[in-house]
Amino acid sequence: MSQTIARPPDIHLGTDYIGRPTSRVDGPAKVTGAAKYAAEFNVPGRYYGVVVSSPVTKGKITKIHSAPVLALPGVVQVFSHENAPALASLDKSYKDDGALGGSPFRPLHAPRILFSQQPVALVVAETFELARYAAFILKIDYEAEPHATDLETQRDAGFEPGKGKFGFQPPPAPRGNAKQAYEQAPHRHEAEYTHLAQHSNPMETFATTVEWLGDGNKLNIYDKTQGAHNVQRYITKVFGLSKDEARVVSKYTGGGFGGGLRPQYQVFMAVLAALELKHSVRVSLTRQQMFSLGHRPHTLQYLRLAADDHGALQSVRHAALAETSQFENFTEDVVSWSGLLYQCENVKLDYRLARIDANSPIDMRAPGAATGSFALECAMDELAYKAGVDPLAFRLLNYAERDQNENKPFSSKKLRECYHQGAAKFGWENRNPAPRSTREGPLLVGYGMATGCWHASQQKAAAKARLTADGRLTVSSASNDIGTGTYTIMTQIAAQTLGLPLEAVTFVLGDTSLPEAPLQGGSWTAASVGTAVKNTCDELAKKLLGLAQKMDDSPLAGVGFEDVQFVDGQIRRNDDITQSVVIRDVLQASGEEKLEVESGATPDTAKQLPYSMHSHNAVFVEVKVDEDLGTVHVTRVVNAVAAGRILNPKTARSQVLGSVVWGIGMALMEESVMDHRIGRYMNHNFAEYHIPVMADIHDIDVVLVEEEDDIVNPLGVKGIGEVGLLGVAAAVANAVYHATGKRVRDLPVSIDKLL
Amino acid sequence: MNSFTFTQAPGVAAAVREHAAHEGAAYLGGGTNLVDLMKENVARPAHLIGLKHLPLAAIESTPDGGLRLGALATNADTAYHPEVEKRYPLLAQAILAGASPQLRNMATNGGNLLQRTRCYYFYDLATPCNKREPGSGCSAIGGYNRVCGILGTSESCIATHPSDMCVALAALEAVVRVSGPNGERTIEFADFHRLPGDTPERDNNLQKGELITALDLPANGFSQRFSYLKLRDRSSYAFALVSVAAALELDGNTITAARLALGGVAHKPWRDPEAEALLIGQPATADTFGRAAARALAGARGYGPNTFKIELARRAVVRALRQATEMTPAPDDNAFQNSNP
Repeated sequence: MSQTIARPPDIHLGTDYIGRPTSRVDGPAKVTGAAKYAAEFNVPGRYYGVVVSSPVTKGKITKIHSAPVLALPGVVQVFSHENAPALASLDKSYKDDGALGGSPFRPLHAPRILFSQQPVALVVAETFELARYAAFILKIDYEAEPHATDLETQRDAGFEPGKGKFGFQPPPAPRGNAKQAYEQAPHRHEAEYTHLAQHSNPMETFATTVEWLGDGNKLNIYDKTQGAHNVQRYITKVFGLSKDEARVVSKYTGGGFGGGLRPQYQVFMAVLAALELKHSVRVSLTRQQMFSLGHRPHTLQYLRLAADDHGALQSVRHAALAETSQFENFTEDVVSWSGLLYQCENVKLDYRLARIDANSPIDMRAPGAATGSFALECAMDELAYKAGVDPLAFRLLNYAERDQNENKPFSSKKLRECYHQGAAKFGWENRNPAPRSTREGPLLVGYGMATGCWHASQQKAAAKARLTADGRLTVSSASNDIGTGTYTIMTQIAAQTLGLPLEAVTFVLGDTSLPEAPLQGGSWTAASVGTAVKNTCDELAKKLLGLAQKMDDSPLAGVGFEDVQFVDGQIRRNDDITQSVVIRDVLQASGEEKLEVESGATPDTAKQLPYSMHSHNAVFVEVKVDEDLGTVHVTRVVNAVAAGRILNPKTARSQVLGSVVWGIGMALMEESVMDHRIGRYMNHNFAEYHIPVMADIHDIDVVLVEEEDDIVNPLGVKGIGEVGLLGVAAAVANAVYHATGKRVRDLPVSIDKLL
Repeated sequence: MNSFTFTQAPGVAAAVREHAAHEGAAYLGGGTNLVDLMKENVARPAHLIGLKHLPLAAIESTPDGGLRLGALATNADTAYHPEVEKRYPLLAQAILAGASPQLRNMATNGGNLLQRTRCYYFYDLATPCNKREPGSGCSAIGGYNRVCGILGTSESCIATHPSDMCVALAALEAVVRVSGPNGERTIEFADFHRLPGDTPERDNNLQKGELITALDLPANGFSQRFSYLKLRDRSSYAFALVSVAAALELDGNTITAARLALGGVAHKPWRDPEAEALLIGQPATADTFGRAAARALAGARGYGPNTFKIELARRAVVRALRQATEMTPAPDDNAFQNSNP
């Protein structure tokens, strides 16, 4: 494997850490078990709550037979809608930062059942085993009603969702005349692309430990979340607590993938039980219950594309129909990519929802784009074949120099370099374009490629920096590290800004007692929190320079902030770096014990607004298919990503590696399959919901394409947690076509579909 | 999980006595399946009898030239035992196609025979299942039955037996040794597991309280020409959609002895004597294999989501027989073994 990095790692760069491959600062804690996750805070005397899930998909609870369970010694309480206290009454109190349009689900609120596995009760006991046993024997009577869970039967029930969720924009208005252009074009393709629901299933299941501190209603809430402040706002609104009473802590998160963008029901239940019982309580969900949470929605996509005889795209029509729940409108951007990725004058995009009796979907890694780009990029491959153009050449031919959806230039776009560098590394030129043309022994070999595109965005964030007399810097922001490397890159930014060694810098996150950061999602954390950390450390540096200039015979006296550099533990004059002050001496000389600054960053919207800001990637895939047996192996992947400045090539590369693995799972394995008679996902466990294992993963080559961008944010970063996933599933499906001549348009490409 | 009592049995006779003395008793081997089922509330034994002190972990040659596998030898120790590797490589291959290293390190040979189906509905207490709750109905018929059986199914159950090891044991014609309240007996492997019929709650023909003590392998391990081919939704750590254990003896290109067993298709490892008979005396060619495969699947019935298994199994039989003839590794193993970075 290889990687393209901005600077070779073997050159000593002092405290210039940004752009240097750096191992995770939290790695040792994770591999030694010192890192504590939500269900590992062993607060003394805690009770255990086990959630009871509805076997019924729609209907109502008629009776909860709590008495026999409560009679068991050690069982503390059975919470349900029958005895839950009166809480906030308005929907708005239940709307978190990731809330959707509609009416949020309220656990234990009413006897009504809205989806299979809906939490209907919480059994609290002195031990986990007892709570689980009691939950099993708790008898609940239901009155079931007919349900509808199959999106296929709701094709005519689609509606336009309008706005709703933060950040969601309905598809752009049509441009040109897609229908007419399609009918007049010589090369045409139309098809439907589908996938069932997918569940993100982070390794750490959702869990909350609530520590009851007394003193009024004071709680420490150790929660698995992607946003501590979001959970705090939700809990304080719902339970009428003050911020002081509800401190939310989330130091380590064993995978997020979007599932933690909204407070999940276990935190509600744990807090409810703790407040009612005035006692510490832990609630963890089982893997099976993870399938009761949000998911990437089952989506049906209609694609209709046309090209002229030169291979120029003439018409793009992309219409998506996705499931949502009966109570909320889950929206994601599935179709706008089809008006953005390629130059085309005639574009019509539609996005509709239809209601089924299931829980609301939730953002899942590259929400919308993962769905939409799969369909678009498969359709582009199909049209390239019909037009007789190489799939890569076809994309270059239709390269969008401008965002036609928004009619804006790109702040930067190195997608062409992604294509060229990726293709060169992969050996795309060796490809015989004819399907079924390449064999290796009994196996058919196929090459496929696809493109991806993701938002580069920045949100408001705050940070605090404290330098102590011992020369140690602590920087904090209530962000989260869902495995992405937040701890590490923030440490790098802070260390470089103040010219301190990494070892002298600690970054603290995941605690509502810290300055607020946005939800950890959208690939915006590096840009948002990174800029906040940079600004805050810059301000601290300015204060430090002020103190340094007050030192006796200071060589820095009279120079401006722009005239000095903070490097290798020193403040040096730019015009003569031998004129310097050791940072550790500054505080000691000043007599101050610490220097502290709280600041932050907001996006420079005036600067950003004229531009379309996106990251891009190009994925090249080799598959080997045993045609007789329908088995597919993804033997080689090259993923070339242009995502602005890469803060840490090592963690960035890991993000892309993980994305490729995820994409292979999406292509070949992942689907949550419902039995619509029951309205329940039946493969709701890790034995039957398949994700790749080591044996499924072969060569993955990550190319980090250099891209400079001074529009997106002062750091020039675009984020890399999601873009790497895009195109992978499509590239695999396209490679399977090249190998076998078979188009599989409904994911996953499983054995049965290739027989 | 139910409340249960637990004792560690000091010996085979004591274990059997302990079982008879407790209503709802169950033997605990490696626990890789039973404990899972208890956590899911599918199995609710009132009393567990630990077996780890029983002297049943040995693997040793028998006077008739065979090999005796102790019931408590782990799957891992069995697969990597030099005698198994040398004389019964088909068995080693099948064991290693199953589960994960961690599970194989815990799972016992006796327990492997007794693992229960992975039918989605069996595991989900919210759904009817005749195997879990006799008389409640079969949800898999007419439901999501991708993993379910196509051979020997009944109106009450279409579940499959999930073992890989057992498919090889069936092909090798192992003998199951058991000890019970009425003493010791042996059971031919083909007679050990049952078809579901109208009693799908019974997976096998063990009598109440009987304990598997060993598996006897006959002298002929078909170590020269064999293949275990497993097809599944990912490359490891997944149950078979279809698997085939094939073993042949050839005289020139003429088949003189043949064994064929299928996994993932029925309530028990599936053998078809007529399909095997079609191979004997015939040239080891694609035509011959195709005829045997067609015969083996002649009675197959699909239930919708699992109907693809009929064609998949047919192709898998042909491929496994070819691999056994040529002694070429499965293309998967061959093509990808050096690809990992």
